[in-house]
Amino acid sequence: MKNRFFRSRRKPLAATLVIAAGLLFSGGGYAVATSVVETSATEYTAEQISEGRKLFLANCASCHGLNSEGSAAGPSLIGVGAASVDFQVGTGRMPGQGSGPQLPKKNVQFTDEQISLMGAYIASLAPGPAIPEQKYLEATGDATHGGELFRINCAMCHNAVGAAGALTEGKYAPNLEGSEAKHIYEAMLIGPQNMPVFNDANITPQDKNDIITYLAYLEENPSAGGFELGNLGPVAEGLFLWIFGLGLIVAITVWLGAKSN
Amino acid sequence: MSTTVETSKQGGALAATANYLDERAGVGGILKNFGRKVFPDHWSFMLGEVALYSFVILLISGTFLTFFYQPAMTEVIYDGAYVPLKGAQMSIAYASSLDISFEIRGGMLMRQAHHWSALLFVAAAGLHMLRVFFTGAFRKPREINWLVGFMLFILGMAAGFTGYSLPDDLLSGNGLRIIDGMIKGIPVMGTTISSFLFGGEFPGTEIVARLYGLHILLVPALILIFIAIHLFMVIIHKHTHYSGPGRTDENVVGYPLMPVYVAKAGGFFFIVFGVVMAISATFTINPIWNYGPYDPSPVSAGTQPDWYIGWLDGALRLAPSNLDVSILGYTYPFGVLIPLVGSLVFLGLVAVYPFVEAWVTGDKREHHVLDRPRNAPVRTAIGAAGVTFYGVLWAAASTDLIAVFFQMSLNHVLTVMQITLIAGPVVAYIITKRTCLALQRKDREIVLHGRETGRIVRLPHGEYIEVHEPLDKFEMYKLVDFKDYRPTVVRPNKYGKITVGTRMRAALSRLYFEDRIAPVTQTELNEAQSHDHSPAVSAPAAQDQLTK
Ligand code: HEC
Ligand code: HEC
Ligand code: HEM
Repeated sequence: MKNRFFRSRRKPLAATLVIAAGLLFSGGGYAVATSVVETSATEYTAEQISEGRKLFLANCASCHGLNSEGSAAGPSLIGVGAASVDFQVGTGRMPGQGSGPQLPKKNVQFTDEQISLMGAYIASLAPGPAIPEQKYLEATGDATHGGELFRINCAMCHNAVGAAGALTEGKYAPNLEGSEAKHIYEAMLIGPQNMPVFNDANITPQDKNDIITYLAYLEENPSAGGFELGNLGPVAEGLFLWIFGLGLIVAITVWLGAKSN
Repeated sequence: MSTTVETSKQGGALAATANYLDERAGVGGILKNFGRKVFPDHWSFMLGEVALYSFVILLISGTFLTFFYQPAMTEVIYDGAYVPLKGAQMSIAYASSLDISFEIRGGMLMRQAHHWSALLFVAAAGLHMLRVFFTGAFRKPREINWLVGFMLFILGMAAGFTGYSLPDDLLSGNGLRIIDGMIKGIPVMGTTISSFLFGGEFPGTEIVARLYGLHILLVPALILIFIAIHLFMVIIHKHTHYSGPGRTDENVVGYPLMPVYVAKAGGFFFIVFGVVMAISATFTINPIWNYGPYDPSPVSAGTQPDWYIGWLDGALRLAPSNLDVSILGYTYPFGVLIPLVGSLVFLGLVAVYPFVEAWVTGDKREHHVLDRPRNAPVRTAIGAAGVTFYGVLWAAASTDLIAVFFQMSLNHVLTVMQITLIAGPVVAYIITKRTCLALQRKDREIVLHGRETGRIVRLPHGEYIEVHEPLDKFEMYKLVDFKDYRPTVVRPNKYGKITVGTRMRAALSRLYFEDRIAPVTQTELNEAQSHDHSPAVSAPAAQDQLTK
């Protein structure tokens, strides 16, 4: 099962070469642009790293390889950074389970402490995106700007208020309701699955804070118009009208008609 | 004259007013005539009323909205109550729609009532249309009124679409962009038409004001005129009724319009009004503040039109997208043209159906007694095929949501829908026709032998029989009173030629009436009764006597 899943994800040789060439050219610039991210906010001790390694070997190595070099069942984690571990394990996506085009979220299986230890281990292998600083996660930014950025960069996949959207081949951009500020930030940083990476040159940390602020506003303020029907737009509205609106009225007409006979 | 004066003295103010009007405008005569019109009772006859009342709600709420809405595309900086848009640049149209929602007292309720009743208007009209179709109410003399009703449905779509675009939010802008794309897809003239409509390059600065003119003036005026014609024709033709004792093609059975029916209808208006208001007060519709101001670059996931435009969006989604053909320097995007032409053809077929059926049956009689759908198997089957076709297109407008919520691949959903669009109507046609015939056969059985009671009785000589309960007169009427058509025979015309038309007509007629179950005749009924063991089948007269 796992194998088939992976084979379908493997790209043809030509594409790999093109991407490799592209990386070669853009890599330099990218390294400069993202260098801010890669300096870890917290320095990890050797002890933490070895604790993290133990957890990793026990829980993750079966898929990601003993040295996180990757295997048929999971990609290499070298250079994905602590942010990626925090996102993947912290949202319950990892340790992976089941198969399909996109691994589903489950209940989180590790404590924050354990997650950060595993993050420390992965970060020690190679530099990668670090856990974001708390000051960008307070939702104290500019919601208007955040909303604008969200509509331009995120809404095409996640829907205008993050109520989910379909991608191709059974993949989807999930509903963002209930996402923690930290995970929103990290998602932009690492671009899980089909989601693009929004690095700091693209959307600055302050911009990311604005987006978080906008999403927090939506979460805290239910629609002024009443129940929201899942924020799914006209389809939900149309179904509601046919089933409950017209349905109710037809039921009343039937009742009226029956009474008069 | 003198007698009227006397009554007015007795009747008080109301009667006095009536008399005043009568003496000057002869209203009395009209009212008396009008009041004596009869309207039969059946729930399905109230669907048109629901549409009418929704339109009244649209007029009331729409008028409220015009007081505060400003149809201008000039850019302003928003400084209203909705925090996540404060300081954003947007058109006056959008800003004023936000103000209606957040600042005008009762504005949100009215906006939502306007939009919910718009959805209800078209939905009720659509259901009403289906009722008319499946009961054959469009037959002579009501073919023209079918066309008027059809126009009302189209105008409802037009009103909805023009209104949907007024708030100038991202969602409606995306909708306009799609229309713009479709128009530009029209060969040769597309670009010219588009820049004519939008006053230049899309989106321009004109379109909202233009749509506003259409939305509050032209389209509602046309709807009003068509409603007037529609109702006038209903009064002239009188309403149809379902078959029953004493109901024939020559009469109408029901309550007189005055006062019973009008009182009922008035009450019913408030029921519809109440339902719409209750929904509008509790459920958000079109949260324009979520979508943000229109900006040509972003398109959100879940961008869909209102339900009544959905089937057109679905057609665009299902059409193959890689069929651009270049001829003589013009590109013909068939991914756009097929849905465009296809939907027009579909609407055209809906519009002309009554004429086609009349031609096929060759029936020139007037019909005031409705068909039960099963008694016109092919018409019902065609209707079912049409509903399936429309339904698949409609569902196709939400392929993305279906994919997310049923965790399917978007690509698979599309392919399945494409196949269903073609195969679905055929399957629906066959199943429906067979079901109708089976139901007719069952009816025949019931008429001839009564209803099965499940009660087994042993007769003195040892034979067991199941007791069949005879039908009462009302049920009997329902089951035997329908027209029986036979396929037309190809006959040469007066020049001794068999024209292509005649052949086509014969072929269609065969399609319609080859498989048919004839209604029970009196002879058959008598025979059944004399043979029947069950003692109790009394002899209600069958069709021949009933309808006269
Ligand atoms: C059942 C196999 C499996 C197990 C066990 C598993 N993973 Fe994964 N992991 C995957 C797969 C498959 C992916 C790719 C997922 C995707 O793209 O949706 C992945 C992706 C990841 C990523 C993202 C990589 C990137 O490119 O950003 C991280 C980080 C990760 N896993 C960490 C872990 C950690 C930490 C554990 C242990 C707690 C773990 N995984 C356990 C299969 C597994
Ligand atoms: C190309 C489509 C796409 C775009 C654009 C995109 N995302 Fe995503 N996003 C995804 C997908 C796919 C996932 C799911 C990843 C997974 O399950 O591994 C996701 C996951 C997320 C999550 C995790 C939610 C959870 O369930 O834990 C967050 C938060 C998120 N995205 C935020 C954003 C933000 C903010 C933006 C804009 C800056 C954005 N995304 C833009 C496709 C997209
Ligand atoms: C005939 C049927 C009609 C239909 C189907 C219809 C439909 C709609 C729809 C769907 C909207 C978008 C509402 C929103 O969510 O903001 C709208 C807006 C509007 N309609 Fe109508 N409408 C009709 C008649 C009218 C009439 C008769 C008037 C005025 C007399 C009117 C005035 C308006 C105005 C001013 C707006 C803009 C409101 C806003 O943007 O907030 N409508 N209409």
